[in-house]
Amino acid sequence: MSTVKIEKDVPAADAGAGPVSRPSRRLGNPTTDSVFSGFSHLFLLVWGAMVVFPLLWVVLSSFKDDAQILKEPLSLIPDSLHWGNFSRAWGEGHIGAFFFNTVIIVGGGVFLTMLLGSMAAYVLARYDFPGNRVIYYLFLAGLTLPVYLAAVPLFVGTSKLGQQFPLLGTNSYVMLILVYVGWSLSFTIFFMHSFFKTLPQTVAEAAMVDGASHTTLFFRVMLPMAKPGLISIGIFNVLGQWNQWYLPVLLMQPAGGEAKKQVIAQGLIELSVNQGYKSDWSGLFAGVTMAMLPVLIVYLVFQRQVQAGLTGGITK
Amino acid sequence: MQHGKARFIAGFLALPLALYVWYVVWPFAQSIGYSFTDWGGYSDEQHFIGFANYARLFKDELIGLAFWHNVFFLITVPLITIALALFFAFLLNVGGRGNRAGIRGVWGSGVYKIIFFFPQVLSLVLIAIMWQAIYRGDDQGLLNGLLIKVGLVDQSNPVGFVADPTPFLGVPAVLWWILFIAIWGGVGFYLVLFSAAMQSIPKDIYEAALLDGANRVNSFTRVTLPLLRDTVSIAWVYLGFIALDMYALVFVMTPSQGGPNHASEIFASVINFTAFNSSRSGRYGYACAMGVALGIFTMILAAVQLRITRRERLEF
Repeated sequence: MSTVKIEKDVPAADAGAGPVSRPSRRLGNPTTDSVFSGFSHLFLLVWGAMVVFPLLWVVLSSFKDDAQILKEPLSLIPDSLHWGNFSRAWGEGHIGAFFFNTVIIVGGGVFLTMLLGSMAAYVLARYDFPGNRVIYYLFLAGLTLPVYLAAVPLFVGTSKLGQQFPLLGTNSYVMLILVYVGWSLSFTIFFMHSFFKTLPQTVAEAAMVDGASHTTLFFRVMLPMAKPGLISIGIFNVLGQWNQWYLPVLLMQPAGGEAKKQVIAQGLIELSVNQGYKSDWSGLFAGVTMAMLPVLIVYLVFQRQVQAGLTGGITK
Repeated sequence: MQHGKARFIAGFLALPLALYVWYVVWPFAQSIGYSFTDWGGYSDEQHFIGFANYARLFKDELIGLAFWHNVFFLITVPLITIALALFFAFLLNVGGRGNRAGIRGVWGSGVYKIIFFFPQVLSLVLIAIMWQAIYRGDDQGLLNGLLIKVGLVDQSNPVGFVADPTPFLGVPAVLWWILFIAIWGGVGFYLVLFSAAMQSIPKDIYEAALLDGANRVNSFTRVTLPLLRDTVSIAWVYLGFIALDMYALVFVMTPSQGGPNHASEIFASVINFTAFNSSRSGRYGYACAMGVALGIFTMILAAVQLRITRRERLEF
């Protein structure tokens, strides 16, 4: 593979001087420019509308009552704000309980993923020991294999373990948290590995000279220095685990008669599949809205980090 | 300095490695083992049957169907998503006023990116439930309502959408409707990815192209596209994984999770149907064989894609 290197930072390349000082640099004339720009906006606006309209329709429909949803599905304006939809979905629809379950599981899952993932990545990136490469590639192997390949043994193994240790069996918070951690480790280690590799050795040596132990060095010096990486991969893991649905559907099945501890994605699937029997469209819309809004708000607040975290994730 | 190093390494690696091996590696390994047995799942009774499950795969009509449906997604999802994302990235970045060389966003390109990225942060389950309401097969769905209002569709004969197995271009209609959602949800992410890659192309390359007399479209096709090759090929591989999955959409949206009448079966849905529906015999072993086949297929595909798209790399 040949590599061509192109010089960066050539001062003449600064295009910021503007059209006044360099009129010869104009691309085309203003008329074609504005026509082109107009066309761009036309296409972009159409796609933007296609993205926003369905979302807006769901959110606004959640304020309608069933009668209005059925009579005028197209209207965006609810005839009055039926807040009752939300309280009904939260209580009778169990969205509140789903939320609670999801927050516990994702909270524990992301915290442990970040802690254990960066610990393993740090050791693999900065310490030389026999078997280092083997363990690293073992973690990487998990990136390509589909989860469906492991579905049956994962389910059977978890059910069996649950007969001795209910906490590690099906339908348990602890179990699902640990499963999430296991399945998130590959990518977290892959990402943080390259991050820890780039941290300067001199800082580590200085800390060691000052008498820091390996553990202190990691928690007090290295981890804070890796903060940008931790934020990116943290966002990635929060979204990934919040949106996870297959593992909960597979594993959060009660063995006995206890209540199912569902996460929000799983619960909404059930609500939606059961639609055929007792049609509560407004409740379903309210549930979807409640599940959607927190994620959208977090995204709007941190949109730069989210975009960078998610796209940076696959090009690393 | 060496004091306690081995203990430190072992201490940091033990827990992550244990979780990863128990929840990821071990189920994969077991899957491979079970795939050579006739294990039915009710008891622990299982017999070694060699490659019989794999031979059965090739004769299984359902698997054949699922295979072609996944191939359909494998071709259409990456192709259309990348084409649309490049098109919009072009409009966003090159559609700006052309009085300077290089990549400049159209007015409001930041806002467009935020909006286009929306579906990426939502879980596929939410998107699927939302589109289920939009796709409703009677006159109360959003799309049917719109089409009836415009006069394209007769009120007494609304479009069936995901309940419609009639082939269009040889592929069941339900798959086309699911494809549409996958693209709707995916374009924004790749648009942001390509945009970021475009903006990292140094301006002096465009200056040079400009001096050689390239216009806006020229400099896009001759400069931008070739330099995006790496990013596009990563996107292609990544979309390939998504196209082999697609289970969330099929699971939530189609009748009896792969229906109507198996018109939308994909690998994942057949695996789940086989493993957790008692109508098929020797089901655990057989489902594991399917999983292994899917895993091998995925890895071959990733290797082939990386091989095809690999070329000289340009660094700047």
